[in-house]
Amino acid sequence: MVLIRRLEEKSAELYQQGKIGGFLHLYIGQEAVGVGAVAAMKPQDHIITAYRDHGIAIAVGMDAGVMMAELLGKQTGCSKGKGGSMHLADVSKHFWGGHAIVGAHLPLAAGLALSFQYNHADSVIICMMGDGATNIGYFHESLNLSKVWKLPVVWMVENNQYGMGTAIERASAVSEIRQKAEGYQIPNARVDGMNVLAMKEAVGKALEHARCGEGPYFLEAITYRYRGHSMGDPERYRKPDEIKKWQEDDPIGQYNEHLAKNKIAADSELDAIESEVEAEADAAVKFAEESPNPSPEALWEHVYVSG
Amino acid sequence: MPQLTYREAISQALWEEMEANPKIFLMGEEIGMWGGTYAVTRGFYDHFGPERVKDTPIAEMVIAGAAIGAAMGGARPVAEIMTINFAFVAFDMIVNHAAKLHYMFGGQMKVPVVIRAPGGGGRQLGATHSQTPDVIFAHFPGLYVLAPGTPRDAKGMLKAALRQDNPVLFIEHATLYQARGEVPAGDYTVPLGKSEVKRPGKDVTIVTYSKMLQISMEAASQLAAEGIEAEVIDLRSLRPLDLDPVFESFKKTNRAVIVEEGWKSFGVGAEVAARTYEECFDYLDAPIKRVAQIEVPLPYNRELEQSALPKAADVIRAVKEVV
Repeated sequence: MVLIRRLEEKSAELYQQGKIGGFLHLYIGQEAVGVGAVAAMKPQDHIITAYRDHGIAIAVGMDAGVMMAELLGKQTGCSKGKGGSMHLADVSKHFWGGHAIVGAHLPLAAGLALSFQYNHADSVIICMMGDGATNIGYFHESLNLSKVWKLPVVWMVENNQYGMGTAIERASAVSEIRQKAEGYQIPNARVDGMNVLAMKEAVGKALEHARCGEGPYFLEAITYRYRGHSMGDPERYRKPDEIKKWQEDDPIGQYNEHLAKNKIAADSELDAIESEVEAEADAAVKFAEESPNPSPEALWEHVYVSG
Repeated sequence: MPQLTYREAISQALWEEMEANPKIFLMGEEIGMWGGTYAVTRGFYDHFGPERVKDTPIAEMVIAGAAIGAAMGGARPVAEIMTINFAFVAFDMIVNHAAKLHYMFGGQMKVPVVIRAPGGGGRQLGATHSQTPDVIFAHFPGLYVLAPGTPRDAKGMLKAALRQDNPVLFIEHATLYQARGEVPAGDYTVPLGKSEVKRPGKDVTIVTYSKMLQISMEAASQLAAEGIEAEVIDLRSLRPLDLDPVFESFKKTNRAVIVEEGWKSFGVGAEVAARTYEECFDYLDAPIKRVAQIEVPLPYNRELEQSALPKAADVIRAVKEVV
């Protein structure tokens, strides 16, 4: 969580320096959701998410330098500089992206789950999405099919209260998103998305439900993004006090307290982690900045599968 | 050589490839118990079972999307979209995902999916069910857009599509299903992205594909009776588009007519003509002519509908304007 946050802070700086192009959606505030979910995965499990994807990339173990190189559009990036911030993926780590059309990765997740079912594999896919994605048609077709076919998928909403700048109650007929799963008779739960341990436990249960052939499970994680929707967000839709209130429940702060209270880690150890992470983030930026741009020939590579 | 209908040819391709490759499964609306609304998959459900012949809800976004996802996961799904008109509902999945995932993630993902969809007018289905929107899909790099016009090509191209790793939109023509033609016995494939000369000639080049191949061949026979030898080239695939045989033919005939069932604006004719002008300008003896559908939404009334679709007489008239 700490590494994700430091890397996001670095990304914001690099964006402001004009070194990162396009859109940049930061995960700051929501770290516990992705980290808790990934911590619950077994080696055979998979994960897919939307465009706020940096946190998942780091959580699944993508090298920080490789991620940063993709943000800078470099040849050494995970998608060879062709995807950018919204299209991170590492298939070798079962991380399928990074998708930038709202809701469009839901049918892809259903399909990946279908491939596991077809091959009689013991795998489950976690499909992360924002609360905004639950208002789009893809959501409804995908949930319905997943229930009809009992697909091994965990639908995982990161309810950060806003779809871009529109508050949930202004965009969704129901503010308690998990109720939408009821319409498809998909078992569901709400979970504290600011608490990484609560996340891990809830996702672990959901994965086992889906793994046992019981079909999909639906989780709604209640969370909050501290920064704007993307770097170009004027944030006219909320007041600073609201952000401060959520920061009192900061996922990293909460977990640090847990570690201290239960004497799992001393302050000195946490400080050491902070320093290590700082160094790792600096090294990632250095690697990315020093990496070459893709060659001109790369423009034509991977339009089609050759051979 | 055995004679098969276009429907039987497609059905055989699916059946034989499914027998050979357990990774292949079918999914779509009414393809299982019903046997397919165009009866292409009749008997498949009983033979291959519900795991490999999956009836879906009427939900094209997730039919296309789950097929793409399953292909990412290593399976070889064949999704049937009941008509190409419904592919508009799944447009984002086809052009934004199937066509782009391999490129956008730097080659990490492959999408070996085949999406089959019948299209075309002439069945009195009204404006929303009668379209020939092939070029819209062919606009997108990353996709294969195939549209065979004969049973031989339909079977061979579908088999080839199921043996390679790129996403394919396989457009069948709903009024060709009963058309009969010679099909080689035994296993064979037809290369993808290769045009073919279907009738040799020296006086004019007719470039066409799918149902309009039938119309063009009919026109060519009638023209031959009048002493005009038309060379008919079947594109077979709109992306990749193989125009080398067209240029070769044009350099010999110096005249061309392009025949397509869709609307003329921004169509196959526009593309083929523009490229022919670019490549063969010095060989030009007459303006290139285009024959296409009248630019209206297709009406229900039989006579009105037929009057809007290209016919052999239209092709003959266009040829006579250039020779």
